[in-house]
Amino acid sequence: MQTPSDAWQPTAAFDNLRQRAALLRTIREFFYQRDVLEVDTPLLSHGTVTDVHLAAFSSAFSHSETGKPETLYLQTSPEYAMKRLLCAGSDSIYQICKAFRHEGAGRFHNPEFTMLEWYRTGFDHHALMAEMDELLQATLNSAPAEKVSYQDVFIRQLSVDPLTAPVEVLQQKAVECGLDMNAGLPDDADTLLQLLFSLYIEPLIGADSPCFVYGFPASQAALAKVNADDPRTADRFEVYFKGVELANGFYELANASEQRQRFLADNAKREEIGLPPLPVDEHFLSALASGLPDCAGVALGIDRLLMLKLGASHIQDVITFPVSRA
Amino acid sequence: MAFYSTNEFKGGLKIMLDGEPCNILENEYVKPGKGQAFNRVKIRKLISGKVLEKTFRSGETVEGADVMDTELAYLYTDGEFYHFMNNDTFEQIAADEKAVGENVKWLKENDVCTITLWNGAPITVSPPNFVELEITETDPGLKGDTAGTGGKPATLSTGAVVRVPLFVQTGEVIRVDTRSGEYVSRAQK
Repeated sequence: MQTPSDAWQPTAAFDNLRQRAALLRTIREFFYQRDVLEVDTPLLSHGTVTDVHLAAFSSAFSHSETGKPETLYLQTSPEYAMKRLLCAGSDSIYQICKAFRHEGAGRFHNPEFTMLEWYRTGFDHHALMAEMDELLQATLNSAPAEKVSYQDVFIRQLSVDPLTAPVEVLQQKAVECGLDMNAGLPDDADTLLQLLFSLYIEPLIGADSPCFVYGFPASQAALAKVNADDPRTADRFEVYFKGVELANGFYELANASEQRQRFLADNAKREEIGLPPLPVDEHFLSALASGLPDCAGVALGIDRLLMLKLGASHIQDVITFPVSRA
Repeated sequence: MAFYSTNEFKGGLKIMLDGEPCNILENEYVKPGKGQAFNRVKIRKLISGKVLEKTFRSGETVEGADVMDTELAYLYTDGEFYHFMNNDTFEQIAADEKAVGENVKWLKENDVCTITLWNGAPITVSPPNFVELEITETDPGLKGDTAGTGGKPATLSTGAVVRVPLFVQTGEVIRVDTRSGEYVSRAQK
């Protein structure tokens, strides 16, 4: 750690900042070649995410048209606004922007970070995974990616089927792996699966080439379609490379009433665990109701991508001023 | 006592766990993009010395431990307690056998040791990294054998036994690394 007297200094070396600029240029060229339109959507929004595990920053807006004070949320990802563009007929789009999450800083986390998000009309999640593999090869010079289903990777690494195993079996597996929780093991399957995945699978996959994991449990679908052939799973994927969770993508849920149900279920769960319910994004739901073209979308952390490119061990090596110096 | 949230966890923070004061060695924040956040924490229990890995749900709070290190000179033992003194204030503190543990074999009068206090009472005593002690007993080495292949055992004035080269004799003072328990050199005269 530096002494407080040089806390005004950037934490990233200028060479890393030059590499950052070059990386952004490569990404823009990649999408230019594919005729994907760059867009720019608001960072401040009246609606926000209801996800129990995502916390947004909020701010007070005292100059609204109605004259009443309003709460505006800093976006946790540009997903809703970009889907509104898709519903309005934009066709394939991408965006490079700041996203904000009200959570702690760490080796791979800063509350304010740079995100690349893109949507491809006419693509399903498999087609999008193939395109993302090309982007990773173009930016990181990586070997062609490996693809494995969530179910298979659990069976391969931990000999347990995540889609059928009862809670007790997952708890037992956690104990076998050496998990020692301060306040006792969780008693819900999703939290256990997430722990097992983060701690005992993630570090072992994507060591040599990026690893795409698809077919997450339907209970962790977020904004993905439920799989047409196996409704126990969702058409959601994540990308892991060298121990880093790099991206999360969906074959996008287009059904407005199902989307509203998921928001309401989130808010019910929030109340259950003592969190305030949040305003759902009505503009987004109206857009979905008007029709979202068949599409897949993915969000990728640019700071983490640069960390991988440079072999950096801490996010502060690739951003100018981490939150403690912001 | 203060309580700390997982946001405040960092190396060196002293917390209470299972009724025992602990030192946080490493803290890693784990947050899946979709899912609950955790802190994986490597902890040393300060009394048993055990190192373990604990996982906390982010946002949990734990009680802080009133633990501090102090540098004190070893004075003497009365057979039950080991007495130390602060060379600046001349304040004295007695540590029991449990706190001194195995390190008793490195305690030499006037050497400055690090004493860890929990709620004001000594829980561990760490000797200096290097101590100089006299050999009270060792087999006479064979003349001319300086290869020192395996060395030989030597008993020191504190009762510690270390391996020394064959040319080192009873009555000599040697320098020992207390972390490894290994002979370093003959002491500078």
